[in-house]
Amino acid sequence: MIQPTFTSSRILLPVRPGFIWFSLTLGLLLNFLPTAHWPGVPDWVALVLTFWCIRESRYVGMGWAFALGLCMDVADGAVLGQHAFAYVLLAYTATRQARRILWFPLAQQAIQVLPMLVAAQVIQLVLRLLAGAEFPGWGFLLGPALATLLWIPLTYLLLLPQYQPLEHDANRPL
Amino acid sequence: MAGTHHTPPPFFKRGPAPLALLTFYLALSLALFVIDLRLQSLDPLRRLVAAVTDPVQRVAQMPGGLVDHARGYLRGLDDLLSENAQLKQTQLRLAPDLARLEHLETENDRLRKLLAVKEREKAQGEVAQIMYTARDPFSHRVVIDKGQQSGITAGQPAIDEAGVVGQVTRVFPFSAEITLITDKDQAVPVQVVRSGQRSVVFGLGGGQLELRYLPANADIKEGDLLVTSGLDGIFLPGFPVARVSSIERENSYAFARIRCEPLAAVENFGEVLVLAARQPLPPRPPESAGRGGNTGVPVKEDKK
Repeated sequence: MIQPTFTSSRILLPVRPGFIWFSLTLGLLLNFLPTAHWPGVPDWVALVLTFWCIRESRYVGMGWAFALGLCMDVADGAVLGQHAFAYVLLAYTATRQARRILWFPLAQQAIQVLPMLVAAQVIQLVLRLLAGAEFPGWGFLLGPALATLLWIPLTYLLLLPQYQPLEHDANRPL
Repeated sequence: MAGTHHTPPPFFKRGPAPLALLTFYLALSLALFVIDLRLQSLDPLRRLVAAVTDPVQRVAQMPGGLVDHARGYLRGLDDLLSENAQLKQTQLRLAPDLARLEHLETENDRLRKLLAVKEREKAQGEVAQIMYTARDPFSHRVVIDKGQQSGITAGQPAIDEAGVVGQVTRVFPFSAEITLITDKDQAVPVQVVRSGQRSVVFGLGGGQLELRYLPANADIKEGDLLVTSGLDGIFLPGFPVARVSSIERENSYAFARIRCEPLAAVENFGEVLVLAARQPLPPRPPESAGRGGNTGVPVKEDKK
């Protein structure tokens, strides 16, 4: 029976690379939805990327961040390199903090993820303001707050394929 | 499928140090940023990445499209009937003007020929549907559903039934990006209809425009209509752009602060007409000695 409880000591099944691809593509898809102009809609790609950088820091890293950033830049019609720069820094911080963060309970993990996500937004803001763009309004910085609240459900959701049954059933070995 | 944990961690071969990688990627991003901003020569790369992101974007647009479709279906006959009646009235109201338009145009052509003035270009274009607003919150752009396949090129102006909407700035195989006139980097050369004064209107963001470089004592009033002057060689002359909404004249500044409201439904979704590129303007006459730069004084053309 699958029990969606989280403890850091719980042994998980190895992650499937296909699922990482799938979740990041889903993040892109969510980002491209027409909801993007509502204030406070989180940057899904940044959130999922942070998650995998912390969870699978040996597999997902700055290369992924750069590629995803370029995709976001093109799809957004933003200046090339704007998202890439922010995501690469985000991935680097997340990877460096991964071993530490994973020891904390989920709520405290979320609090530690918040500054990273805020920083990613602020970097983009500063880059564009330096380049002479107009200020988009404070709603732009609201996304990370909501993303932080989503950290706990997201963890359960993305780890779901990795949970293994707690009780072994002799008749159903898998 | 093999999991990532199945191979033992490589103890001695771990690739470049994280800091080196970080420096590399950050430098690369910054280089892209600067090149894209200053030189605007990265469109091939953009098109390459767009080939990957475009299918995902199309999928993401589907739910919204379905909702629109359903709403249109459920809107009911009454709405359509009233809209139809309204459109018929509008058509009737415009009928006298339209009926005489052709006559007036031929007359105008003939008179222009008599005066040996160059003929006015006719506006031709391609109707395109606005698909969505570009996500970038720092700029005002929309994406339309026609691109290279329909022969759209960067620089073409776009209008709707009320006035100028913007200008095509980037072209992809099946879509194109229009920078709205309210974008901060977009400028449209205009002319005040009442006084004939020429200037340039700039986007302010937030759905507003600013008319710059008019002296504080310029002859301009609230409610004045601004139309394209056509001096840029891109916009055809005479398309309505904006209406003056407020004027601040301060003696401490050389120029008046003039705010305008765009006439076209710039921030709304709908259809736009992408106008065909204009014929190139005749080459600039050589500047005469003694006149320093562009003084804004119209230069008289030499008679042939």
